[in-house]
Amino acid sequence: MTKTVIKVGMASCGIAAGARPVYEYLQEKLGDREDVEIKQVGCIGLCFREPLVEVEKDGSRIIYGEVDIESLDKIIEQHVLKGTPVKEKAIISDSFEAPENKTLDKQVRIVLRNTGIIDPTKIDEYLEREGYKGLTKALEMAPDAVIDEILESGLRGRGGAGFPTGLKWRFARKAAGDEKYVVCNADEGDPGAFMDRSVLEGDPHSVIEGMLICGYAIGAQHGIIYCRAEYPLAIKHLNIAIEQARERGFLGKNILGSGFDFDIYIKEGAGAFVCGEETALMASIEGKRGMPRPRPPFPANKGIFGKPTNINNVETLANVAWIILHGASEFNKYGTGKSRGTKVFALAGKIVKGGLVEVPMGMPLREVIFDVGGGIPGSKKFKAVQLGGPSGGCLPESELDTPVDYESINATGAIMGSGGMIVMDEDTCIVDVAKFFLSFVQNESCGKCPFCRIGTKRMLEILERICDGKGTPEDLTLLEDLAYKVKDGSLCGLGQTAPNPVLTTLKYFRHEYEAHVNDKKCPAKVCTNLIHYTIDPNTCIGCTKCARVCPVNAIEGQVKQPHKIDDSICVRCGQCKSVCPVKAISVE
Amino acid sequence: MTCVVNESTAGMQQILEGIIEKYRGKPGSTIGILSAIQEKFGYLPEEAMDYVSQSLNIPSAEIFGVASFYSMFRFKPEGKYVVRLCRGTACHVQGSWLIGEQLQRHLGIEEGGTTEDGLFSLHYVACLGCCSLAPVMMVNGTVHGRLTPDKAVEVLESYRLEGKE
Ligand SMILES: Cc1cc2nc3c(=O)[nH]c(=O)nc-3n(C[C@H](O)[C@H](O)[C@H](O)COP(=O)(O)O)c2cc1C
Ligand code: SF4
Ligand code: SF4
Ligand code: FES
Ligand code: FES
Repeated sequence: MTKTVIKVGMASCGIAAGARPVYEYLQEKLGDREDVEIKQVGCIGLCFREPLVEVEKDGSRIIYGEVDIESLDKIIEQHVLKGTPVKEKAIISDSFEAPENKTLDKQVRIVLRNTGIIDPTKIDEYLEREGYKGLTKALEMAPDAVIDEILESGLRGRGGAGFPTGLKWRFARKAAGDEKYVVCNADEGDPGAFMDRSVLEGDPHSVIEGMLICGYAIGAQHGIIYCRAEYPLAIKHLNIAIEQARERGFLGKNILGSGFDFDIYIKEGAGAFVCGEETALMASIEGKRGMPRPRPPFPANKGIFGKPTNINNVETLANVAWIILHGASEFNKYGTGKSRGTKVFALAGKIVKGGLVEVPMGMPLREVIFDVGGGIPGSKKFKAVQLGGPSGGCLPESELDTPVDYESINATGAIMGSGGMIVMDEDTCIVDVAKFFLSFVQNESCGKCPFCRIGTKRMLEILERICDGKGTPEDLTLLEDLAYKVKDGSLCGLGQTAPNPVLTTLKYFRHEYEAHVNDKKCPAKVCTNLIHYTIDPNTCIGCTKCARVCPVNAIEGQVKQPHKIDDSICVRCGQCKSVCPVKAISVE
Repeated sequence: MTCVVNESTAGMQQILEGIIEKYRGKPGSTIGILSAIQEKFGYLPEEAMDYVSQSLNIPSAEIFGVASFYSMFRFKPEGKYVVRLCRGTACHVQGSWLIGEQLQRHLGIEEGGTTEDGLFSLHYVACLGCCSLAPVMMVNGTVHGRLTPDKAVEVLESYRLEGKE
């Protein structure tokens, strides 16, 4: 009889949603049974249904969502022990209709081929799923042939800029020098994205294998993974994986008898967005302030400690072993034009099925958001989708037929970015979002370039004025003008792209800026100084709920008498509105 | 997790020596040394940075320059419970600023501050990677999701109870 395998999604977010007690309970109930294996796996992708438990029994596979102890008892009792699935709790099933069966249909999993499937702390599980076979194959090829294969696959950098990976490797290979570095950029700075973290947590060996193949191809001996310190679980899993890879002879001297030496260590970042930029990242690895420097010289020629260095993003590297093993043509059959393969997105914001998705390049945004992501919750209307984080832009409904490929997205004024995709509905104020991103970059500017340092500050002040209802029509012109100056006058990508959120929102949502400036209204009812909460005395039943919840005691009234809000005290937190049982409170 | 110790100067020196030894002769380890110090003391005491500067012969301006560049480093001791409220994009569009305001009011501190009783510190951070649970905050390593201003206060109060025990 085959074993029943139970998997619990234990990525950071699974743990946050309560997966640990679920796992412990399973251990307690079934831990000593010979015929049951309980595993911790990474992100399954269905983050919106966590905690997630998958049961593989008698050849069929069922995923349960929103699992708590009570439903777990049922799953153990009926499914694990007796073989009858608990249909009402199942969200994915290969044998009957389940609500999320279609969610995965449109996805293609190359980068996420193992996340959520294997236990990332066990190298054997990686090996069972073609692990290190790409490396084995690469070591039998000439380094230049490996580079040719990557070039032919059409793989482009997933860190944001989309530079052809094979070309970058060729430069690094050609660079003179016996000592070379491969760096994995795991700084993931976009403040609303978690693709790289999920890959590192859920399938660290795929990144290590990618680095090894790169190292072999360009002739490097040293690998460094620059990982944000905010990702403790990713760092833990990477350390375990590196240790195991060393034990099995995939890292170290004379790897698999090929004569190729390569080892990897981890360098923790210390919280600076600009350190995701490659020259700043190198400075940080050298222990200095993470300040960008002009290029050329490019890292390929003069990188870490002056040695030739190749820097790639986590997702880029996670593709590599798969491409070598399955061939460039298997990879580039997905995608369109100059964008081949797949792209991982972290879908979040006002979206029904928030989570991690991997779709073929070229899929229209609409399909990603509405078919894969399930659209907008409630009866709310779609307003915008934000791509590329602080360097990217907000696109309206009219741009939703844009396919996700580098060129098409660039043409809209946004960028593909690293994969953050934040959906916004009518309750999101677009000007506030622009202000949000600008205050982020303003804070993170390293201060080297006056335009980036001061220009973004001026832009932020203008946006604050507009949100406060003190903006003038001239402010919009000034804002646009400054935006172009900051773009042109900045040294690194941070400053060059910082104005993008402002420019795209001015382009597509100018009417919303105008409402703030001309009518002193915030259509989404977000900007504090432009809204007022009032109680309709005819509807109010005097239940006192609002007065009790108001954090600043702005509401007065006797029991069973109409209540009243003192607008001068009110801080616009909206809590009163959310507790009123008769909807007597409105905001205008 | 960070373990906070209050040591006499001699004790501090001993700890620092241990840290410095591990990194001596390795280029590019300033950030590593500083994080090791912060891990031990919960923040970067001035005396500790001076000591490192003398011992490794690095100008103290350089050490301070590096420390102040990175947002991870702190120059003041932290509260017993470190509250990290996510101010990433997904949390922002789900109203995390309202939670931030509520917590500031409730604790009577600004972002970056510590309550007088030393119980809570409040920080705003970028994406905690649990966007599907937005808005989210982390208290000493434990993530709390799907917050409302009310719920966030309740969470803190449960820590306060625990802290008094
Ligand atoms: C301000 C700024 C932040 C960046 N942050 C990241 C990041 O967090 N992760 C990343 O992989 N690339 C980031 N990049 C891009 C890197 O500079 C670099 O292009 C990338 O790591 C190259 O890898 P790829 O070719 O595989 O994409 C950033 C660039 C800039 C200008
Ligand atoms: S919006 Fe907030 S501050 Fe204003 S009255 Fe309502 S509860 Fe009080
Ligand atoms: S909660 Fe609503 S019904 Fe109750 S007192 Fe306030 S306004 Fe009136
Ligand atoms: S399923 Fe948990 S992080 Fe995605
Ligand atoms: S934006 Fe808050 S967890 Fe991602």
